Amino acid sequence: MPESRFNPWLHRFAVLTALATLALLGVGGLVTSHGVGMAVPDWPNTYGYNMFLFPPSKWVGGIFYEHTHRLVASGVGLLTAILAGWLWLAESRRWLRWLGVIAFYAVVLQGVLGGLRVVLFKDQIGIFHAALAQLFFALICALALLTSRWWLEPRLGGQRDANEGRERDGSEIGASLRRLFLATTTLIFLQLILGATMRHQHAGLAIPDFPLAYGKLWPAMDAEAVAAYNSQRLEVTTANPITATQIALQMAHRLVAVVILVCAGALAWRVNRTHRHAAFPLRRLTFLWFGLILFQAGLGAWTIWSQKAADVATAHVLVGALSLVTGVFGCIICFRHPEENASDKVASTFEVARRQARFSAIVNQ
Amino acid sequence: MKLNQTLALIASFTTALQLATAGNITGKVTLKGAPPAEKEITGVTDPVCSAAHPTPMKTRFYMVGTGGELADTVVMLKGITGKSTGASAAPLLIDQNGCEYLPYVGAVQTGQKISVKNSDQTMHNVHPTPVNTAGGNKEENKAQFAGAADLTFTFPAAETFLRFKCDVHPWMFSYITVVDHPYFAVTGKDGAFTIKDVPPGKYKIVALHRKAAKDGVEQDIEVTADGAKLDFALDVK
Repeated sequence: MPESRFNPWLHRFAVLTALATLALLGVGGLVTSHGVGMAVPDWPNTYGYNMFLFPPSKWVGGIFYEHTHRLVASGVGLLTAILAGWLWLAESRRWLRWLGVIAFYAVVLQGVLGGLRVVLFKDQIGIFHAALAQLFFALICALALLTSRWWLEPRLGGQRDANEGRERDGSEIGASLRRLFLATTTLIFLQLILGATMRHQHAGLAIPDFPLAYGKLWPAMDAEAVAAYNSQRLEVTTANPITATQIALQMAHRLVAVVILVCAGALAWRVNRTHRHAAFPLRRLTFLWFGLILFQAGLGAWTIWSQKAADVATAHVLVGALSLVTGVFGCIICFRHPEENASDKVASTFEVARRQARFSAIVNQ
Repeated sequence: MKLNQTLALIASFTTALQLATAGNITGKVTLKGAPPAEKEITGVTDPVCSAAHPTPMKTRFYMVGTGGELADTVVMLKGITGKSTGASAAPLLIDQNGCEYLPYVGAVQTGQKISVKNSDQTMHNVHPTPVNTAGGNKEENKAQFAGAADLTFTFPAAETFLRFKCDVHPWMFSYITVVDHPYFAVTGKDGAFTIKDVPPGKYKIVALHRKAAKDGVEQDIEVTADGAKLDFALDVK
């Protein structure tokens, strides 16, 4: 297989697609946060118009968010199609070419799911649409990472940093660290699904206070209590009644948030302790990750205190997506095959020599 | 043919007899306790809606008079099914005016037409979201431009507070209770209600309010040819 060479324009295009996808997540988040997902009753048309010809004078109220979401989604679809085609033609790594193809099919599926949500009136499709959006964003960001100079030219980029870190600290990325990265990232994805499930039931805040829940550590969820909550809440937009399941979901969301925070904190502490070299890429990444998750926890609390203000709730979705992507980056770096480049072999040789020296020292004692 | 004519005659006679002996149920619904303050509706970005309301719109959970008179309460007889005359009843008109649904709370019979009018110079989508879909009530979402013809909806199954919403203006809601008989009324600003032409007999009567009595407050009532009178006092939840 020919060696992969850094293609700056391909990488820049992948970054552009990732940024456009982040913008799409933001607009999509605003659609749900404002409760206007059904403001355009038809699909793929918009109020009977071809969606690209829908007059801007009619983009009023919730139509503005939903129609903008559709237009940005079309743009991301186009960018993804070009990126997939470009990868297919220019990329020598076969698996990466196929990742491009998967991204293309994912964006098509995502568009169809968005349309079906509108015409079939199914909240469940909205939840799947939101979860796939997160996975798609992570995939596009991964494509941007995998086409970067940092990734492709190890002597100049991240692998050098990693090797230098190993040489100075005498440490490697252990299996337990990899497992912790993978587990935390998986947990973040599950948390995003929980969040999407809460948002796409269009019931507003199932629990209106924080850190307590209806004034207690654990709220009552019997039928009488839920009926009382519904009678007492004064919902302005998202007016579906809340249920015991939704209250349980929000409690689960809070608990999982604590677990994620502990995991990310543990990772940052552990990597800082075992990989003290400043250039070690995972060291910086784990600090960034922990910071993002702390910020995300704050946004979660603010979402409740602001009575689910649309901009705050959407920021919570976006930082959630960035937390997932950071975790995915960490996993990719952790699980990079050690024989993928020559510098890793140098590091392995160094490690063998180090172990032999330690063995000789023990024998000579 | 003769048999049909005879049966029709008997039916007309029976109906006329029932109406002659039927009475009206009248009464008033009041609210005990101070309701929570209504919330201001924020995020109104459509200039047509803003122009229609010099002061901010508010939610309409508790529409209470100075003496506690409670509007938007559905009062109906309970336990009667299959008596709907909705197919021949006049349609209920819901108007979208100033980016609000009027009325906020209404009631119809199963099979009775609901006409939705757009009096605003802006676009709306009319989106009923029934819960009793198993009974045949159907969720729909229809566009309605300014000046467009009225939209018509009917629902075959009974359901309380069937929500109509506009997603273009996500604060717009109307709650229509669908009843399988004609014996119901919705209280006005004075809290008063009149259920007309109820055949004499003993019934259960229920008052439903979206916040104060979502599941209903029941009472027993006996209706005579002179009618009957009964009041409800609901508690703030």
